[in-house]
Amino acid sequence: MTTTGKHKFERLTLTILVCLICVICGGTALAQQIGNPTTQDGVLPPRGVYAIRNAHIVTVSGPDIDNGTVVIRDGKIEAVGASVDVPSGAQTIDARGLSVYPGMIDAGTNMGLVEVPQGANGTVDLAEVGEFNPNAKAIIAVNPHSAHIAVTRVEGVTNTVTAPTGGLISGQAALINLLGTSPKEMAVVPYAALVINYPRVSGGRAEFGGFQQQPGNLSETLEANARELDQLRKMLRDAEAYGRARDAYAKDRSLPRPDQNVVLDALVPYVRGEQPVMFRADREAEIRGAIRFAEEMKLKPIILGGDDAWKVASLLKEKNVPVILTGVLSLPLREDDFYDTLYENPAKLQQAGVRFCISTGDAGPEVRNLPLYAGMAAAYGLSKADALKSVTLYPAQIMNVADRLGSIEPGKMANLVVTDGDLLEIRTHIRYLFIDGRSVVLTSRHTELNDAFKNRK
Amino acid sequence: MHKGKLYAEKLLLLSVVTLCVSVAYGQRVTSPETLIKNATILTITRGTLQNTDVLLRDGKIAAIGKNLNASANARIIDGTGKYVMPGIIDCHSHSMLDTINEGTLSVTSMVRTQDVMNVTDVDLYRELAGGVTTLNLLHGSANPIGGLNTVVKIKYGRPASEFLFPGAMPGIKFALGENVKQSSRPNQPGVQRRYPNTRMGVEETIRDAFIRARDYKRSWDEYRANAGKDKNLLPPRRDVQLEPLVEVLEGKRYVHAHSYVTSEILMLINIADEFGFKVKTFQHVLEGYKVAKEIAAHGAGASIFADSWGYKIEAYDAIPYNAAIMTRGGVVVSMNSDSDERARRLNIEAAKAMHWGDLTEEQALRLITINPAIQLGIQDRVGSIEVGKDADVAIWNGHPFSVYSRVDTTFVDGAVFFDRQQDLARRPELAKERAALEQAEPNKPAAAGQSPQAPRRRRPSHEDDTIEGDQP
Repeated sequence: MTTTGKHKFERLTLTILVCLICVICGGTALAQQIGNPTTQDGVLPPRGVYAIRNAHIVTVSGPDIDNGTVVIRDGKIEAVGASVDVPSGAQTIDARGLSVYPGMIDAGTNMGLVEVPQGANGTVDLAEVGEFNPNAKAIIAVNPHSAHIAVTRVEGVTNTVTAPTGGLISGQAALINLLGTSPKEMAVVPYAALVINYPRVSGGRAEFGGFQQQPGNLSETLEANARELDQLRKMLRDAEAYGRARDAYAKDRSLPRPDQNVVLDALVPYVRGEQPVMFRADREAEIRGAIRFAEEMKLKPIILGGDDAWKVASLLKEKNVPVILTGVLSLPLREDDFYDTLYENPAKLQQAGVRFCISTGDAGPEVRNLPLYAGMAAAYGLSKADALKSVTLYPAQIMNVADRLGSIEPGKMANLVVTDGDLLEIRTHIRYLFIDGRSVVLTSRHTELNDAFKNRK
Repeated sequence: MHKGKLYAEKLLLLSVVTLCVSVAYGQRVTSPETLIKNATILTITRGTLQNTDVLLRDGKIAAIGKNLNASANARIIDGTGKYVMPGIIDCHSHSMLDTINEGTLSVTSMVRTQDVMNVTDVDLYRELAGGVTTLNLLHGSANPIGGLNTVVKIKYGRPASEFLFPGAMPGIKFALGENVKQSSRPNQPGVQRRYPNTRMGVEETIRDAFIRARDYKRSWDEYRANAGKDKNLLPPRRDVQLEPLVEVLEGKRYVHAHSYVTSEILMLINIADEFGFKVKTFQHVLEGYKVAKEIAAHGAGASIFADSWGYKIEAYDAIPYNAAIMTRGGVVVSMNSDSDERARRLNIEAAKAMHWGDLTEEQALRLITINPAIQLGIQDRVGSIEVGKDADVAIWNGHPFSVYSRVDTTFVDGAVFFDRQQDLARRPELAKERAALEQAEPNKPAAAGQSPQAPRRRRPSHEDDTIEGDQP
């Protein structure tokens, strides 16, 4: 390892230590000041035995079941079907006229990493300093008491992928349950993906409050981007070599012991293609570049963003690269795009056989509107069934957790939503909520403020 | 750089050509008479009518009923299975404005949004495709007393003069709270902060302006009373900053006040009471649910987001039950966008009030139709489907409160300004036009050795009071 690398490592360790202290001290104080006052956060509801009876069951993975039963035990779905016996001692829910769905999953958020983005920097834990932070882990900083979590889950979103932002390598995203008194309790996959911001040419969305960027010199920009890619390439190759040296040493202690390097350590499972890498890429050139780069480096890519994915559909299909679409409700990128270009993006990917899911791409407050993003895609060409899958089974498959989440099947984690109507329709209400087999009270900071003021005379 | 400038000029020329094409398009689809047959009509003020016809003639809603007849050349639309609702009114928009904040002073009542309208803003078309027909173009929230508003009909492709909504009440933007205090602007050594810096200073700034306006009005009143008697009397010096505030005092101009928290809402009500004017709408007013009683007693309306929250400290107590609590408290409430993006789906924003707070369908529909019309003083022209009102309506392929629905056709003054089938039909032609433009001399790649320009950022869509969440 080079001296600069070592310094970098020491700097990073220090930074992370400082951040940890900030999170622990600041986070606690914040939670007391402005966090979610819901008392249930102190004690997790128990994992009981539950039977949801007489329900319309939308399994997502298979056909709907009319008038069926779902049995939940020890956090898991034990049985699903039209003629399933209710176990003795089970708490039963008579769901006549109601529907059961798997909980929704938003695979592109910053949930729990930011409470108030503007004017309250102490509540923001999104982006580390510097370009390369593969060992910045979202699961470390997720605030389980964030008001956003309860506000989101009571609308039927039970899981999010929570990603850090900033730099070239932002860090590692976590897949979490939106329930728990600690990050550990929330974690489904604590290190779910590495997040890389693929170098971009300007012309994307203008930042809030920012001045409009002068169009740069394209050649210079492309050169700068190529330099960034080279840096990225070098770091990933270092990680590969580091991983080999580490393994060789583990087998043969007579070899020189490689110094531990937490930055490279963090990268090893990703450069070996064992874990997915999310490339933040919206424009056609970025998406193509990310696919090319991932192929060159033998990574397992996921495109995060994907506004132009419809233009790259055949390549995405050919390379079997999935897309987390965060822009369904964004304004089209270009003035001469059709008005429904981004509404139609999911339908076009579906027709082309590209694996995709729909996400809000939001930091937190907007994540509860995930069903509306999927609904808009259905208004513009996607089938209703696929719209539902795009926020349940598809994100589970893309994040490689379809054995645990995304549909109602025996053996899966009991993340279930009981509704009085179509899960994606705004007028529908959530009646019961289960996360990890625990019955969750449908209260949040918002219901509590509503209760406090609705009858003020 | 000279070469680059030339290139830009040529591009501009090409966009002008394109604009002319779209203007011609706007004219081509104009129909003198349209009969929508057998649709579900969401009248807003007279309930929902099943299997009913609506006749649009001479820019007005000419008839509503069963088995209506139209003249021989009328366009007949089969509305079976479709829904007709009034064009949506967005009571807080910054669309088509090239700039929104004259933020240098604390009182900028001398500036007008009308002077910076860009009729070629493509987001207008996208909003038409969401069933929106009327916008309240507001100044931003940089100062306690901001600039003058403009109420427009979205006549995309027509000259700016045709956008102006005839007879709409003039208005002015006020703003309170964090944006005015410039809270998110860090202190910089050697840089004087702009006054005001606190909600106390905001109150004082507004009071001071109205004291000056009251004195100014007195001097004009005295002049007018005595000018006939004394030929040598000089008129007071005109003050374009105070004139709009005098109009507020005289009830001739509506105040639309950006606001968030309890204290500032009550503060402005007190000032208004003291100077004898009414606040027409509190905009955003995300803590309105805490003071619904006081807002209703003052007679102000509220124009809000459905469920935006948490983007800054003063929005941390925002709850999606706001519309329901204020509506039940007797406040006229509307749902606005403050965003070119959100403006395209205000139907869903209104439906959220049924989800959170259980408003009835009619109450929720009013949030984006007749209620904002009342708030802008145009309720006699738009906001409901009634005979004699302007033919600003949209045909939806399903109930507008369903996430699965979309707009088929949008009419403004009886003319088609959006039609999905025509939009789809034109796409091959546009693809050809685009290919031709790409082959045109100015758009060819620069010669070897010359560096082309990086893609230009699209015109920023002003969202004054919300921010996009940080993207992961």
